[in-house]
Amino acid sequence: MSEVREIQEKHIDEVTVRFAGDSGDGMQLTGTQFSDTTAVVGNDLSTLPDYPAEIRAPAGTLYGVSGFQLHFSSSDIHTPGDVPDVLVAMNPAALKKNLSELKRSGLIIVNSDSFDKKNLKLAEYESNPLEDGSLSGFDVMDIPITTLTYAALEDTELSQKEKSRCKNFFALGLMYWLYNRPMEPTIDWIEKKFKNKPQFIDANEKALKAGYNFGDITERFATRYTIEPAKLKPGIYRNISGNEATALGFVVAAEKAGLNLFLGSYPITPASDILQYLSNYKEFGVKTFQAEDEIAGIASAIGAAFGGNLAITTTSGPGLALKTEATGLAVMTELPLVIVNVQRGGPSTGLPTKTEQADLLQSMYGRNGESPVAIVAAATPSDCFNMAIEASRLALTYMSPVILLTDGYLANGSEPWNIPAVDSIPEIPVKFHTEVENYHSYSRDEKLARPWAIPGTKGLEHRIGGLEKANITGDVSYDPDNHFEMVKLREEKIQKMKDSIPDLEVEGDKDAEILVIGWGGTYGAIKEAVIHTRKKGYKVAQAHFKFIHPFPKNTEEVLRKYKHVLLPEINLGQLAKVLKSEFLIPIEQFNVVRGLPFRVGDIENKIIDVLGGSNE
Amino acid sequence: MSNTEINVEKLTAKDFSSGIDVRWCPGCGDYSILAQVQRTLPNIENIEKEKVVWVSGIGCSSRFPYYMGTYGFHGIHGRAPAIATGLKIARPDLTVWVATGDGDLLSIGGNHFIHACRKNIDLKIILFNNQIYGLTKGQYSPTSEKGKVTKTSPYGSVDYPFNATSLALGSNASFVARTIDREPKHMAEMIDRAAAHKGLAFIEVYQNCPIFNDGTFSELTEKDTKEDNVVILEHGKPMVFGKNKEKGIKLEGFHPVIVDLNDPKNSIDDCLVHNEKDDSLIRGFILAHLTDSPDMPTPIGVFRQRIKPTYDEAMVEQIDQVTKKKGKGSLEKLLFTQNTWEVK
Ligand code: SF4
Repeated sequence: MSEVREIQEKHIDEVTVRFAGDSGDGMQLTGTQFSDTTAVVGNDLSTLPDYPAEIRAPAGTLYGVSGFQLHFSSSDIHTPGDVPDVLVAMNPAALKKNLSELKRSGLIIVNSDSFDKKNLKLAEYESNPLEDGSLSGFDVMDIPITTLTYAALEDTELSQKEKSRCKNFFALGLMYWLYNRPMEPTIDWIEKKFKNKPQFIDANEKALKAGYNFGDITERFATRYTIEPAKLKPGIYRNISGNEATALGFVVAAEKAGLNLFLGSYPITPASDILQYLSNYKEFGVKTFQAEDEIAGIASAIGAAFGGNLAITTTSGPGLALKTEATGLAVMTELPLVIVNVQRGGPSTGLPTKTEQADLLQSMYGRNGESPVAIVAAATPSDCFNMAIEASRLALTYMSPVILLTDGYLANGSEPWNIPAVDSIPEIPVKFHTEVENYHSYSRDEKLARPWAIPGTKGLEHRIGGLEKANITGDVSYDPDNHFEMVKLREEKIQKMKDSIPDLEVEGDKDAEILVIGWGGTYGAIKEAVIHTRKKGYKVAQAHFKFIHPFPKNTEEVLRKYKHVLLPEINLGQLAKVLKSEFLIPIEQFNVVRGLPFRVGDIENKIIDVLGGSNE
Repeated sequence: MSNTEINVEKLTAKDFSSGIDVRWCPGCGDYSILAQVQRTLPNIENIEKEKVVWVSGIGCSSRFPYYMGTYGFHGIHGRAPAIATGLKIARPDLTVWVATGDGDLLSIGGNHFIHACRKNIDLKIILFNNQIYGLTKGQYSPTSEKGKVTKTSPYGSVDYPFNATSLALGSNASFVARTIDREPKHMAEMIDRAAAHKGLAFIEVYQNCPIFNDGTFSELTEKDTKEDNVVILEHGKPMVFGKNKEKGIKLEGFHPVIVDLNDPKNSIDDCLVHNEKDDSLIRGFILAHLTDSPDMPTPIGVFRQRIKPTYDEAMVEQIDQVTKKKGKGSLEKLLFTQNTWEVK
């Protein structure tokens, strides 16, 4: 029996932890479990999974390192954290790859068993960093996690290899102890996950508990931390990732519109999750068609839209490029369609698992002809839910394709979500046209939407297609004046959407000298930077675009109010280009394209820089 | 309106015409296909015109939906099977037809075609095979014969052609047939059979393009040559052809040979008996590839018909099963899962 020792309990406000290991070490799982438990405990949190494009790169190598960063706090937070306070490194490669980003004097927990000759060499270490003093500035806990896991699983019937695979649960248990989290949510999860493999339930639980108990008994940890629940707005919460929120948003939109949901999609990182989630919701009548390619994904969705479904297609950058021509067909046939682009690093295959915002111009202009589509963008992981509904609403109300832009960071990142009451989400009124009298396939209502007359409706047999249509009758027309009219009508219809989208909201100082604008997944980083600079005494305001085509009605008015307008984007200035050309307003750009979300500190510095430097 | 309501008044060919001027070149084989479709569809039992949809891609053939009095979708190049697939999955109650050409279906749309076959989507695909690009004014197509001189192959094409029927068989299409624009009765029969087939039905129509590829099929269509060059496949019947049915096809191992039935050494009983329901694809391939040999007749008719569950059917069934097990979806349940917590 170990003696009861003195452990200092320390209350802290926030902490950023990064789990890192081989792609096969289960770091994404460990991170997700830690996040879910942290959410249940009531902290605010934000996560950033960072994994390589290779599924199982050779073990121990630098390029095979997979990471999961998590920022949690007793108050409101908006980003996964700039620099981790704690690094859990399961092998030398994970340490090497992540050390430079760790906070000075931060805590490093390493699996010392993995620091053998072979792994050190694979990580390109010339000497063992645990011994050569190179980590002297940090608080290093070298723990033989593999050995301790084996010991804990001594009396199980698992093979050595299977035992070894439980070591991430040991690490997770230890972290639960260190940050005072309960083990029950993970134990529940393990029991569900391995329902049919009781030996794994037993082993993983043992490893988890062994890690937790190790924290309790080892002399090494003198301090244990508590992070009080955050004072979030009252409500029922769950932790949610952007991709799951997107999927749920569409299920809700379809129900609210009284339509069946059809998804035509081809698997692509980082969008595949949406297809996966939606494939589960059969009890909602959701039809998911895993198409033979990206083009068939959108083409099938167009077919389904013609048939009267809420039709969507999901993809990422290269897939959007492939869907280009068919998107034009949806523009010409004026069918409701939502195209989700979970943006990733480009061009070409680019950085499949990393985030970027560089598909805005592709979405705006990347088609032949004058081919306007509506564009909306989600701001946070949980906002993907709202924007999926908004995108559906615009598509159905205006009979138009709508592109919903999210990104790899939003898609895989997660945050607590204040779940809206189902009744509070407005219905989306949809009426199929059935009147035979005076029916014209390209007549328009006051919103400029054409009637949606679906096959099966007697007397309304009509033909649509990619050839130019005569206004009102919908017959094929090559008439020059008609074409010009239709080109204008199609754009005008998109502009009409202004009537039903919310104004651009401004947060922050009323008398701000600088307005920081943004769009999409940069919301959290900008928000935190604005909060920090305001705390330092600068007069700063923020406005974030969720509707980009068309822009909200008050856009120009808002932009003209401020001496400086700063626009950080993870591209070379795509929204800046659009805004400048539309409003002829000078915009300060801040562009960083590293495949990663913005660092709050960088935006902060830029704001101060634009305002003429430090006021201290 | 109830779905089960049955048309009382008998539909006619005219009901299946949109009434707009047909704009194919004079003498184009497409006219014959249109006429046979418009003539055949009204005779299909319980047909509801408003539930018929024609989908097409790009090319001369793909203007087809405009001429039909049904719902229609003139899509983009090559994508008709994909558009039609989405429509059929979304609306299994509809009958979805695809009108397409050899460039549309086998070149730019090849991928969609083979996958629609593989998945057994309940579509009826009519391939207007004229072995040329017509709408772009005469370039060789993926079914043009090697050596063909066209605008883009002035010294003769060095491409090997696709055998569309063989490709459909190889992609496991559940109904595969071939016919000829100049054989209206036979074509009508094929259309009728395709319409009755539950699953992907593929009909290759040899179609003459008098403007850019005139006479390509003349040996199969001219009075004095056709009987010697065409063998009509009929289920359960021996394969015989010729003006007086004096020739038969016999298999020697896997090799088809022509036997002279006037010769008393040969008997009609030795001839290959056509079996569209054959489990094995081998005989189907042998028949599809008779066209490889200049001495062999070209088979027309139904090469193969297999009955198996369709994709769209299976999907509905799965949805029903899951719904039965889990109960109809509730948004409340969906959003508020077990991993929630309350902030007061
Ligand atoms: S070009 Fe040929 S295929 Fe096209 S319409 Fe004219 S004749 Fe028919």
